[in-house]
Amino acid sequence: MLKSNTNKQSKPMLSIKTPKSLRAKRALEKRAPKLVELEKKTLILHGTKTSNTLNAVLTEIYHLKKDNSVKYSRRNDNIRPFEAGGETSLEFYSLKTDCSLFVFGSHSKKRPDNLVIGRTYDHHIYDLVEVGVENFKSLSSCSYDKKIAPLIGSKPFFAFIGEGFENVEELKHLKEVLLDLFRGQVVSNLNLAGLDRVYVCTAVGSNKVVFTHCALRLKKSGTVVPKVELVEVGPTMDLVVRRHRLPDESLKKEAMKVAPELIQRKVKNVSKDAIAGKIGKIYVPDQQVRSTPLPFTPKGVKRERREAKAKGDDKHSEKKQKKQKQDDEASA
Amino acid sequence: MAEEEYQIDLGNLTAFDPHHQFSSLPDNINREDLVKECIAHGTKLIQAVADALFNLPSTEDASGPVISLPPPATKLPREKPLPKPKPPTKWEIFAKKKGIQNRKKDKLVYDEQTGEWKRRHGYDRVNDDNGLPIIEAKMTDEPGVDPFAKRRSEKKQRVEKQEKNRLQNLKEAAKVGALPSHVQLAATSLPITGTQTAPRKVGKDELQNVAGMAATSTASGGKFDKKMAGEKPSKHDKKYRKFLPVVEGSGMGSLEKQQSDKIVNKLMAKNSHEILNVGKAVDMYNAKSDKKRRNQQGKSSSSTSSKLKVKKSPYKNASKKKPSNKGKSK
Repeated sequence: MLKSNTNKQSKPMLSIKTPKSLRAKRALEKRAPKLVELEKKTLILHGTKTSNTLNAVLTEIYHLKKDNSVKYSRRNDNIRPFEAGGETSLEFYSLKTDCSLFVFGSHSKKRPDNLVIGRTYDHHIYDLVEVGVENFKSLSSCSYDKKIAPLIGSKPFFAFIGEGFENVEELKHLKEVLLDLFRGQVVSNLNLAGLDRVYVCTAVGSNKVVFTHCALRLKKSGTVVPKVELVEVGPTMDLVVRRHRLPDESLKKEAMKVAPELIQRKVKNVSKDAIAGKIGKIYVPDQQVRSTPLPFTPKGVKRERREAKAKGDDKHSEKKQKKQKQDDEASA
Repeated sequence: MAEEEYQIDLGNLTAFDPHHQFSSLPDNINREDLVKECIAHGTKLIQAVADALFNLPSTEDASGPVISLPPPATKLPREKPLPKPKPPTKWEIFAKKKGIQNRKKDKLVYDEQTGEWKRRHGYDRVNDDNGLPIIEAKMTDEPGVDPFAKRRSEKKQRVEKQEKNRLQNLKEAAKVGALPSHVQLAATSLPITGTQTAPRKVGKDELQNVAGMAATSTASGGKFDKKMAGEKPSKHDKKYRKFLPVVEGSGMGSLEKQQSDKIVNKLMAKNSHEILNVGKAVDMYNAKSDKKRRNQQGKSSSSTSSKLKVKKSPYKNASKKKPSNKGKSK
């Protein structure tokens, strides 16, 4: 009885939203997930209460990573990384600043001079390491020749000393996190003149790591390889591992995935020759003369047909003649 | 020494010494010595890395020797998930099936008509749709149709179709999770006013109601209309008429007497004198006349300034009441 209105053009219920300016588009593309990732950014912030040492530690870490970190100066009361609901603020900040590493400092009677270094995957907490800072020696207290001071953004050397880094799980985790924190960009071409900083981490005992930042001085030696000299420059502190949280197995698996396009597969049958250049072998399989399939032409049938035709009881040609007659009649 | 086999990761410029053991317990030596020992040992490790590093084949650059680093050995987790590959668009699938190659188009195209090279898109372009002064009529053309308007509408249709296809392609990509990073698909909200309201979807109940409403306009109120298969019988939400029983005695409870009494009382009440509230009628009349007088005074005093004029007491005329109709019946 009732007909629906089919002639009217209905408006689409979805609309495509694209950024109105190229600048906005570039900003979005920067934050999009990529096949090969850029440098990880760090977010430095602190909780309800901080001590003087902790303030100094946070500022110095910020200075060490000046061009790829963000430092928040206000205190954040509701961030508790190790508690179930206390990390929502952290995840939100990570999303807004596009930072996947964070250093959260807090001070309390139970945990004095506490630093929580954490990583995020897809802006959710991936893993955490909680360390206490002891015996902190700041940048300003070390005296050194200003000419060898390391520049911001230079790729650092790392030296990990101690069997604790291999045997103790917490120290292993801390090693990975420190590497991730201070590594900087992954480069394929490196200018050897620009190497000027070293991070030395020594595992002392089962839960303590002595962390030092040194400047590098390359001295002329007879060979191509220069003589290396380390000068203590930057912050030196003892990191005492308190708590840590390893990532979920499934999450870890997903985060460690490498794009299949990037895995370099070994190319077979390619070799280089100084004279001929790039050469490869062509493998010719053995010819199977006996078992080669021949083209199928039933030669035996021809003679039989000829004989049958001569006799006059050839069924095939009879049919053909009949059909031709019919065609002639139809066209006529 | 076999002990000093450092694990060197060139891609990260890292050296790891898993075998080192301190000569004396860390508690015994003081801080300075500990740090010095760390740095000394660190120097050895870094020397080993530098050895490996400087032995790599290097190219000379203006600022210094540049080497090509191998990829890092220690794998560190990603910060964002891997991007998913985009599903092919409908055109791409079709082109692949047909074997259509994508040909690069030139910016300048030779225009036959003017005999010069014009640009393909933009100002003064080659095949401009709007720039035709004359469109020749074909045998297949209908007489009343405006060819210019027709061209414009065709182009508009083509553009709309393309937009629809583009939206479909994006929806397909969004389903897989491979939407390009700068695109968002947002649900359009319905406008509150305006001519372009979205067609409201009619529900099942509404349809039934409308059918019923149309049926009541028939002579017999839709009672004998043939119903379609699956259509429910018409609802009657109102009250049914109440008829008195045919045979009934007269007495206190007789309904017919009650009914007729009710009607008669109503009629009588309209014309009865006892209903008149004389006092109220008098008050109403007085109020009306007061108001009238006040308006007349207001009109006469509007010519002179209100400041000069002495304000008359509103109660002054209370004594000058007109003869009231109290107690007198009409």
